[in-house]
Amino acid sequence: MNNGILGGRRQGRSGHPSRLRPADTWALAALGVAGRPVRALLSALGIALGVATLVAVLGIAGSSRAQLIAQIDALGTNLLTVTPGQSFTNGQAVLPATAPAMVRRIGPVQSTAAIGEVNANVYRNDRIPLANTDAINVYSAQTNLLQTMQGHLARGRFLNPATARFPAVVLGASAAAALGADRAGGTIQVWLGDHWFAVVGTLEPLPLAPELDRAALIGFPVARRLLGARGSPVEIYVRASPVSMAAVAGVLAATADPAAPQNVTVTSPADALTTRADASVALQSLFLALGGIALLVGGIGIANVMVISVLERRGEIGLRRALGATRTHIAVQFVTESALLAFAGGTSGAVLGGFATTVYATARHWSAVVPAPTLAAAMGAAVAVGGVAGVYPALRAARLSPAEALRTI
Amino acid sequence: MTALELDAATKEHPGSPPVMALRSVSLTIGEGEFAALVGPSGSGKSTLLAIAGTLERPTSGSVRIAGAGVGHLPDRELAAVRAYRIGFVFQQFFLVPTLSALDNVASGLLYRGIPAARRRRAAAEALATVGLAHRSGHRPGELSGGEQQRTAIARALVGKPAVILADEPTGSLDTAAGQGILALLTALNAAGSTILIATHNPEIATAVPRTITLRDGAIESDSGSMR
Repeated sequence: MNNGILGGRRQGRSGHPSRLRPADTWALAALGVAGRPVRALLSALGIALGVATLVAVLGIAGSSRAQLIAQIDALGTNLLTVTPGQSFTNGQAVLPATAPAMVRRIGPVQSTAAIGEVNANVYRNDRIPLANTDAINVYSAQTNLLQTMQGHLARGRFLNPATARFPAVVLGASAAAALGADRAGGTIQVWLGDHWFAVVGTLEPLPLAPELDRAALIGFPVARRLLGARGSPVEIYVRASPVSMAAVAGVLAATADPAAPQNVTVTSPADALTTRADASVALQSLFLALGGIALLVGGIGIANVMVISVLERRGEIGLRRALGATRTHIAVQFVTESALLAFAGGTSGAVLGGFATTVYATARHWSAVVPAPTLAAAMGAAVAVGGVAGVYPALRAARLSPAEALRTI
Repeated sequence: MTALELDAATKEHPGSPPVMALRSVSLTIGEGEFAALVGPSGSGKSTLLAIAGTLERPTSGSVRIAGAGVGHLPDRELAAVRAYRIGFVFQQFFLVPTLSALDNVASGLLYRGIPAARRRRAAAEALATVGLAHRSGHRPGELSGGEQQRTAIARALVGKPAVILADEPTGSLDTAAGQGILALLTALNAAGSTILIATHNPEIATAVPRTITLRDGAIESDSGSMR
């Protein structure tokens, strides 16, 4: 032997370190988990439930949001509305009567439709007390309003150039319900501004313009003739080419009221709805917190099981030290085992959460969406919790003196 | 060349009063020797083996394995000494119940960082040496006590260590199986292995070339090196 030359201390060091291959580290951890399957199952269950909660909450929220956005997209995101804003001097501003025609002339605008102010209320019949307006607003409407809104009729027809000249009214979805027009058979009449108006049609709900759901719409000509309305627009709906939305939105105010563009409010209903959809996702934070707590409790469960495991496996720890494992090897083995347990729990939890999302979404006829970053984050959290949970037991295992570990069996 | 050398090794377990487990033991085991530590319970046999195997550090005195002092090595390097220079055999075998005999033997090379395939090849050879080639796929639960201890011995010798330390290797076995283990150790020694065993069994003690008797933590008698 050459250790006479190298010197005594070199022997332990020179090219012969105690070494555990990464593949063997994983194999050892898998062996530890698989060696006690029932215990592994029970200790991973907490993590699985935590991850399942997180994934299901985020998945259902995400699916709901995706559904909402798909609906909004289906309604068309290229809708803008122009309304009079607050004027500095006179309170409520008024749009010029020429505004709809001016807006229609903007190049990328595909269609416009205005509703005008009518100073009248609508009642089921002439015996209803005047105060019972059911919060229904009466507007005059251009005959292309339904087409511009891409709305649908629940029954009847929309106003046309002929009916717009006569006492005919189209009711929004909730206005129809309030006036009983959705249930009545045949042609019914409503008492509108001291005149009888025939209900010629009722609308399906319009998510992009909920104000129309509570509206009774009559023609501009009849409003002027019977009710003396001046016809100043209270809202102009604008459909523009989707690629030019920003440009159109930029010039709308000045076009609608060149004299006082600051008195014009331009909004995008689709953007507002999307923002609301995002906000509803934020409301899931309570459930997320619950999932996080479940994950934490799962981690504590794993820590418990690992502490017991270290006590029970003193013999194995002693043997591994005798076979040449360093303290670090022992600690890494137990941390890896604990992280692996958490990973197994996290995987089954993710599958469970994805399944719950799919079932829920399918029951609501949504398409299930489980965002990949969500899955990755939930799994990462599970493994991190497992790893941290394993640290204390692993240090206890590593601190064990080999001779003592072997003796106490 | 000495395989193992203890110089005035003393082990004192703290307490009141402190227990002297080993009192200034000096011992040299030459390469290729087969020696038995005998003595009543509590005489210090296990402590001596643990100190010789670097599982415990002596309170004072020094240990040299294959000529190299291990007294001041940090844990990492002591572990390397155990991984490369020492093979252990225990009374309780300490086999992993979920692994086959072959994989149990291969775990003797685990902490040398050798790839699994090469470990298995060496393990198959070691299993053949102890006469268990036909049992390599069986798990410890499917093996007899004698076969389990043979597997454990194969695990100790698979890395060709400088010395094999066996603490009561026949203590859990019946007489016939114990005789079989003794015959195996004798054959391994004849093939060149250096072996130090601790035993209660006087029959085994007399069959081993060199007998070292311990009493109250000190060497009472030593039949001396045959070489």
